[in-house]
Amino acid sequence: MPATTTSTVAPTAAPAVPRAGTQIRLTDVVKDYGLAVPAVDGVSLTIEPGEFMTLLGPSGSGKTTTLNLIAGFETLTSGRIAFNGDDVSSLPPHKRDLGMLFQNYALFPHMTVAQNVAYPLRERKVPKAEITRRVAEVLELVQLTGRDDNVPSQLSGGQQQRVALARAIVFDPKALLLDEPLGALDRNLRGALQAEIQRIHREVGSTFVFVTHDQEEAMSLSDRIALFNSGRIEQVGSPETLYRAPETLFTATFLGDSNVFELAQAPGSTVVWGDRTWAVEPRTVSDRARAAEHAALMVRPEDVRIAQRADEVPAGANAVPARVTDVHYLGSYRNVVLSYGSSDVVGRARLDASETQLAVGQDVVAWWRVERQRVVSR
Amino acid sequence: MTTAPELDVPRAPAARPARRRQRSVDAVPWWLRVVVALVALYFVLPTLFVIPMSFSESSTFSFPPEGFTLQLYRNFFTDPVWLTSLRNSVAVAVVAALLATVVGTAAAVGLHNLTGRMARLARTVLMISIVTPGIVIAVVVYISFLKWHLVGSFTGYVLAHAAIGMPFVLVSVTSALSGFDPKLLRASASLGANPLRTFLRVTMPLISRGILTGAIFAFVTSFDEVVIALFLRSPTFQTLPVQMFNSVTFEVDPTIAATSSLVVTAVTVICLVPLLLGSRRKNR
Repeated sequence: MPATTTSTVAPTAAPAVPRAGTQIRLTDVVKDYGLAVPAVDGVSLTIEPGEFMTLLGPSGSGKTTTLNLIAGFETLTSGRIAFNGDDVSSLPPHKRDLGMLFQNYALFPHMTVAQNVAYPLRERKVPKAEITRRVAEVLELVQLTGRDDNVPSQLSGGQQQRVALARAIVFDPKALLLDEPLGALDRNLRGALQAEIQRIHREVGSTFVFVTHDQEEAMSLSDRIALFNSGRIEQVGSPETLYRAPETLFTATFLGDSNVFELAQAPGSTVVWGDRTWAVEPRTVSDRARAAEHAALMVRPEDVRIAQRADEVPAGANAVPARVTDVHYLGSYRNVVLSYGSSDVVGRARLDASETQLAVGQDVVAWWRVERQRVVSR
Repeated sequence: MTTAPELDVPRAPAARPARRRQRSVDAVPWWLRVVVALVALYFVLPTLFVIPMSFSESSTFSFPPEGFTLQLYRNFFTDPVWLTSLRNSVAVAVVAALLATVVGTAAAVGLHNLTGRMARLARTVLMISIVTPGIVIAVVVYISFLKWHLVGSFTGYVLAHAAIGMPFVLVSVTSALSGFDPKLLRASASLGANPLRTFLRVTMPLISRGILTGAIFAFVTSFDEVVIALFLRSPTFQTLPVQMFNSVTFEVDPTIAATSSLVVTAVTVICLVPLLLGSRRKNR
């Protein structure tokens, strides 16, 4: 797994970063509330300095608990958390020096914008003149100059979250933790704030740990994604790795749509699905699938092509007879829903709007290039 | 006193269509206003008798009052017995309210973070003195204080009055906390504030009205408490309500009219404080 580097030095050639961030390392982290299964069940993850790491997963997968463990709001059942090599496992949250963004902003309603932003500086006994200077500076960074004397209730949701962001970075924290900070905002605002968070990550160069259940948000923001599933990390990697080279069926289906063919036998140089036998390139078989008892073959909708007749399929491609069950016209492309023979697999293809018209109920042949498929464990 | 409900009639919106007077859904019906007025009158009426009587020239209780004099007030403010008992009452009430407020607020904040049977049990036990008859509390307090040599002492009064005032603080602070977002505690911790600093800078300012309301209730509870005070009194230490009781039962001293008027006015003013503070905040 790419997540475990042993050196504590900044590993990658970071792009013009003004300050080095903090490395956060989780080792065999367990949080057990005494329920049937531990909330976090042995998570090991190294978040590199200055990295934008997203903890992604369905609700109840342990991503928020993991973030709370990093923040110190929850105590570890076992395992270890270290910042730049220093063990912080038993440090209370107010001594961890981390900024945090919450879904409901958590601004202090009895303080003005300026007082909210000055709060962490006052706790650190920063001199008055410097507080004034740094508050003005950070409010400019989040484009809220001139709002100093407003109270939170006078601001919109997006503005409130920008105040919270300013408050969380003004004291130059070791890292910024973001707990679904965009969840309460409407779609347009979310996009704008996403861009804002990305810009600020670039400008301050600090380590960001972002929790979300929204896979699109995760894909567009992150350097790397740690995908959580029932208390464990399913896979860690760049958004592209997780999308193009998933290890497991869970990863494949959680991120984006796919056509999934569950295989009865372990993959060899070919795989068998029903009466179809398909060629397999070894590099498209995931490590986990090689070791697993059960595997599945998956193809992304944009890789599925549709031919009217079997003889139109290029040589060397894998194909399966299909029937068109639905066509959704979406402007620049069309989503085609397919059924494959008598199986209950729901097929999905994404076609250019200019391609041949398809009628619902039409029998066709779906095909894809061998290198575009992926064999995953299930 | 404070029992008259606040009539919160919604103000007319600025741009209202001229012709149709539209009634708001939560408008107060006329009969309810009448009931409220009657109840308020019932509570205020005794006061309306006692205050004029305190200015009467007659040496017996009579209504309507005859003439106008401040003699009864002069009596009150020159008699060392009345003044000492007033000073005792104020001192006991202030210290008891302070103690009740600190303990009650701590209990409310502590219980707020707890759920489960033990927390509910603890809450019930702390509230029990509200529903226990005063005479029962008084007897129990008297018996135990005899053993501990606290009868007739300032400490004894303070402890007993703080105990019966504390549930009022617990109730008002608990209700203030119900609107308090616990995420603010995490936010404050993440920004570097330890739990005590967080309480002082975040929790306390946001529940200050609940604390103030509770403190006032605790003060008033102690200030006009008479049953326990009767048991705890000694020749050297008694509170104003006890002295008032004495003056009616043993001496029939008309000064009581002035005293009552003073107590009613003082308590009313004190109880109005949070209301006035509240409306000022709303108007901001």
